[in-house]
Amino acid sequence: MHPETVTTTDTHALRPWLWGLPLAAALWVAVYWHLSDLADLLVSAAGLSRATHWGEATHFFLYDTPKVLLLLTGIVFLMGVIQTFFAPERTRALLAGRRLGIGNAMAASLGIVTPFCSCSAVPLFIGFLSAGVPLGITFSFLIAAPMINEIALALLLGLFGWKVAALYLGMGLLIAIVAGLIIGRLKMERYLEDWVRAIHQGTAAAPSNTSYTWVERFEAGWHHVREIVGKVWPYVLVGIGLGAAIHGFVPQDFMASFMGRDVWWAVPAAVVLGVPMYTNAAGILPIVEALIGKGAALGTTLAFMMSVIALSAPEMLILRKVLKWPLIATFIGVVATGILLVGYVFNLVL
Amino acid sequence: MKTIKVLGSGCRNCQTTAQLIAEVAKAKGVDIALEKVESMAEIVGFGVMSTPGVVIDGHVVHAGGVPDRKKIEGWLG
Repeated sequence: MHPETVTTTDTHALRPWLWGLPLAAALWVAVYWHLSDLADLLVSAAGLSRATHWGEATHFFLYDTPKVLLLLTGIVFLMGVIQTFFAPERTRALLAGRRLGIGNAMAASLGIVTPFCSCSAVPLFIGFLSAGVPLGITFSFLIAAPMINEIALALLLGLFGWKVAALYLGMGLLIAIVAGLIIGRLKMERYLEDWVRAIHQGTAAAPSNTSYTWVERFEAGWHHVREIVGKVWPYVLVGIGLGAAIHGFVPQDFMASFMGRDVWWAVPAAVVLGVPMYTNAAGILPIVEALIGKGAALGTTLAFMMSVIALSAPEMLILRKVLKWPLIATFIGVVATGILLVGYVFNLVL
Repeated sequence: MKTIKVLGSGCRNCQTTAQLIAEVAKAKGVDIALEKVESMAEIVGFGVMSTPGVVIDGHVVHAGGVPDRKKIEGWLG
């Protein structure tokens, strides 16, 4: 280690970030506040009027697309930087040996900021258990991590405003905490696959490259943006395109007849429909927004979204490698019940 | 000769990682034995929680994402 050389090269590489980031942020804010004017300008430049179906649909598309992409880029960058502070190894160390209750709350919150990909759900699951993180707390993490993700938050914020985004965040945490508590209380350790219980994990081999410089953190943020926004933007475009078509052409209150708040079976139907579906929030949310504009109830719609993201069939198949059916069934049952309740509460309150 | 193992359940990032390592080794003319480990029990045995992971001569040097080219060159240098 040569501390001096590290510091000088570090400040040298840091400088472009230090003036580039505030500049980008200022530009971001300037564009964000003038999106509606820009859309108006473009619509009238194209010779369309917002009074017509085409004009309204075009305005919707030109306003929502840049708005969602801007929010997505901003939030994903911040998340990429924040995630460098929470390697899975660190999260595991924070959670090992915690008691039910406080441990579940911590696990659910850490689920938001720890980098997580469903392809490494199994090693993560085993890694947690073998380090002495209780089963219920591990589940709180596994429920929160996919459900409360930056893509869902960015889109909710852009399309529905901060209140709905905050409610989604709060309710998602609550479901993760309570579901984990219940699974922990049921003492279902015997429903882990036998090879999982037999495993003795080599923790000594874990890599220690968990210290980052600020340059590396910013680079991680940028990398995250390229990876996530680069993957998700076509879904956003198609989703908003469909949403725009619904917005301009579907008659007012069309959805109220079967997705409105007076239809009691709408919430369970939305949850059941959502489980086998596996899509990202990016494609589905713009359509959801348009449906709500036509009279669909928010609670029903949020329940649908949560069930699509948190309970997906492919993830169940991955978890089947480590869990026996009774535990998977309990997991689905508890989480689905939580989502149902959230759906009804939203429909009642809003 | 270095023995390099890429840990991962066969996801796209794991394949990319293995390819990249093979590429860099070829470019640098370093002789390596590259192996892909897909057995979950073995992956977890290394203490890796986020894939892809990279193990060189028995030591975990990387976990959680595709390593960049510079990093790989460092391992092989």
